Amino acid sequence: MRTLERGGLGAAAVFILLVLPALNALPPGSALHVSDFTLNLFGKFLAYAILALGIDLIWGYTGVLSLGHGVFFGLGAYAMGMHLMLEIGTQSVYRNVLPDFMVWNQVTELPLFWRPFYSAPFTLFAVLTVPAAIAWIFGFLTFRSRIRGVYFSIITQALALSAWLMFNRNSLNLGGTNGLSGFKTIFGFTLNHPGTQRGLYVAAALGLCGAYLLCRWIIHSPVGKVLVAIRDSETRVLFAGYSPASFKLFVFVVSAVLAGVAGALYVPQVGIITPAKIGVLPSIEMIIWVAVGGRGTLVGPVVGAVGVSWLQSILTTSYPDLWLLVLGGLFIGVVLFFPDGVVGSAQKFIAHVRRSGPGSRRAAIEAPHPGPFPKGERGASP
Amino acid sequence: MRPSGAASHLDPFEQPADLRGLVFTALYVALALLSGLAAPAAQGAAAAPEIVKHIAGVASSDATVQEAAAVALGKTGDRKILPLLEALREGSVYVREVPGGGKETVIVGDKVSEGDKTLVPLFSAYGREPLTGADGTPLLVELSTLQEVSAGRSLRLALRPLIDAFSGQNDLRDPDPTVRKAAATKMGNGSDAGALQILSDTLTGEHDRWVRYAIEEAMALIRLRTGSEIERVAAAERLGGLRSVTALDRLSELSADGRTSAPLQQAAKSAVKRIERWGLLTQAIEIGFQGLSLASILLLMALGLAIVFGLMGVINMAHGELMALGAYATFVVQGWFQFHMPTSFDYYFLVALPVSFLVAGTAGFLLERGVIRFLYGRPLETLLLTWGVSLVIQQALRLWFGAANVDVTAPGWLSGGIPVMIGVQLPYNRLFIVALAALCVGGMYVLLFRTDAGLRIRAVTQNRSMAACLGVRARWVDAGTFALGAGLAGLAGCALTQIGNVGPELGQNYIVDSFMVVVTGGVGKLLGSILAALGIGGLNKIIEPSLGAVYGKVLILIFVILFIQRRPSGLFAMKGRYADS
Repeated sequence: MRTLERGGLGAAAVFILLVLPALNALPPGSALHVSDFTLNLFGKFLAYAILALGIDLIWGYTGVLSLGHGVFFGLGAYAMGMHLMLEIGTQSVYRNVLPDFMVWNQVTELPLFWRPFYSAPFTLFAVLTVPAAIAWIFGFLTFRSRIRGVYFSIITQALALSAWLMFNRNSLNLGGTNGLSGFKTIFGFTLNHPGTQRGLYVAAALGLCGAYLLCRWIIHSPVGKVLVAIRDSETRVLFAGYSPASFKLFVFVVSAVLAGVAGALYVPQVGIITPAKIGVLPSIEMIIWVAVGGRGTLVGPVVGAVGVSWLQSILTTSYPDLWLLVLGGLFIGVVLFFPDGVVGSAQKFIAHVRRSGPGSRRAAIEAPHPGPFPKGERGASP
Repeated sequence: MRPSGAASHLDPFEQPADLRGLVFTALYVALALLSGLAAPAAQGAAAAPEIVKHIAGVASSDATVQEAAAVALGKTGDRKILPLLEALREGSVYVREVPGGGKETVIVGDKVSEGDKTLVPLFSAYGREPLTGADGTPLLVELSTLQEVSAGRSLRLALRPLIDAFSGQNDLRDPDPTVRKAAATKMGNGSDAGALQILSDTLTGEHDRWVRYAIEEAMALIRLRTGSEIERVAAAERLGGLRSVTALDRLSELSADGRTSAPLQQAAKSAVKRIERWGLLTQAIEIGFQGLSLASILLLMALGLAIVFGLMGVINMAHGELMALGAYATFVVQGWFQFHMPTSFDYYFLVALPVSFLVAGTAGFLLERGVIRFLYGRPLETLLLTWGVSLVIQQALRLWFGAANVDVTAPGWLSGGIPVMIGVQLPYNRLFIVALAALCVGGMYVLLFRTDAGLRIRAVTQNRSMAACLGVRARWVDAGTFALGAGLAGLAGCALTQIGNVGPELGQNYIVDSFMVVVTGGVGKLLGSILAALGIGGLNKIIEPSLGAVYGKVLILIFVILFIQRRPSGLFAMKGRYADS
């Protein structure tokens, strides 16, 4: 089974990484041709999948539900967006070195915190470190005081709301409600050139493969075992002499970094980042990707992120009224009927068929638990 | 200016005085005749000859005569003159040729088109009573047969204070104190010394404290504007004593003006100081009250959340949408009253309160029975599920009622407010919400700690299986508790219609704040929720003026996180074996 799984994953990686871009390079008339638009769309979905892997790491494996991952996604995206904004230079509408929105807002001098973003290496560094730093501070304060379960979820939701409110302000000098857009080039390459877009797609695909390998490595390391143990009984882990707070902090920071990377890959492909990607609703939409795909598995989040986003892009263009109903229905349906998600259910089915097979030990580790609390135990009681 | 009447062929400026007298006399005779001819039906008391003369004067082609006549009419204080003055300002006074000869000043009504003719109904100049023809039907004549009496700019300017004095005097005798108060304030802002007598006459008969205040303020303002030097100094001191915010601009102008005399300047300066100091106090009280009112809203929301979360361990993300359901229920009840019982419209709110409670409560009951009961003990799953439910409800409301906000009119008895001290008025709708929140907390306390049902709820919360063994039907307690929490959300939504917009996103605006209240207050403790709501609501309003709403919210999040560092389980932590489940 292990070889089968590896083979399947390898094939999927080759397909995503090599076959799709190759098909895109075919002449437009060809039957197998993948249009630039589709490739771009899938590039966006792959960026989402990186984020979903991060959420799975903290929610699916560690049992900590964060409703604020939109913030980390946004931080990575804005960091990249700021660099792209500065790369426009004097080619902007106002022919000013300053980004257009600053000219509108009568800012005469580039704010200090924008300056380092002229440098591409610093930008890449910031994409990783800014979400990590915010996650570390926030996680340190919350995990240290043993805020857990729904309390943590609610606090992170408040974080998402606060961040959304702040990024909407013009005084933050990040473009206010309109966000950052109008990018021309990335590291010197013209953005609307199909070759550049193909390159960005490959970057997103590579990023996804890297994120997958990283998560896999964490999960199968001793740390991963402790994470799963925290999910199943945090108190027991504490009594066994581990510090759950440190482990949770570590995994929170890792997942925030993955979210930041996803944001940085998202921006050049979509060409705009606004506070609307940061708020409460987008943050919780990210959760549904993981839930639908199957939390506690590494393939699930990728399948969920691509599948749900694809569904969303189809529905919002043809039946805009329906999307929120479908999204709500997905939440209800997945929680009630498919708590394991698509991949989890499939895995369970396979495990059921080969109950005594060699894969059963692995399945026991990876199979999702019904929740962080054992069934029958109530929440806090007076 | 269009010439009118018999003097049409003469230049108005060279019109000799005696001729003018002649015209008046002719008109007067004509009018006297007409009052018998054209209006056979009893049309109230006839005008005094003096007034009739001035009415004719108003129609004169000479602006000076017009103005003098208008002022003379105003001086008579006869209430039946008011329509003429108002009509004069609007330009609907005409002169018509009376069939029997002679001319008459009339007021014309709204135009009626009949074929290509424009007909107008006629009204008498004195008392604005409809004129009837010989057969008793209302008189309709063609507009082109009438001569317009034009009112120039200076006449209009002269008319304004006259009309104001008339309406002011009238309003000062109104049975409604708010009308009396508004009239006094208006007179204080615009009237001349002539209004002083009226005001001081009214003051002696006035019993309402706030109307008296407004009258005194108006008198002092008029004196400050028009009085002698000594009067002005006294008025400035009086205004300072009254803490009149209305006078602040005028007084600070005076104190800075180098041309005013030293004593007046001094008096104005000290008055400004007194008023400003008072302003700080009223501002503090207002912020306190706003904080209290926000806290009440948060408390109303958090109460339902806290009961469901604290007693059942369920995070209900759809709480905000249950609130929106309550608000829309209020909207529907209002529409029903508007359509079926417009006369008792003001009472719709009393019906809407229980209806919104029932609607949201039923929705909550169905939600619990339908889905949530399968998920007890899995709070994170419940959170996601209820979020899904919230999206569905939100979108359903949007599809049903439209994405735009709907309009909920406040009932008459909730608009306005009580003035508690000078410069501070507490609006009734906010007071109502504070009272409703207090009532709900009290009711909750009684229900949970003084009734059998409450005993059962607490029993199931503490030890579900033991309670079940002793014969408590735990499942129905669950459903009932959830419905109760949802009903409270409906009440909160109903109350919110009085102070905010009602739209599909209504719930989202407050939900995160109310979760903060639940987290800070600790789980399942009424007192904790109350204190946390007061703290967060108050803090919000204290920070807002200096930092703005956005950074206020961010700061509150930081406060809450730091607070939880000290007290991880909220203000009132559970003790004993349930503390760390």
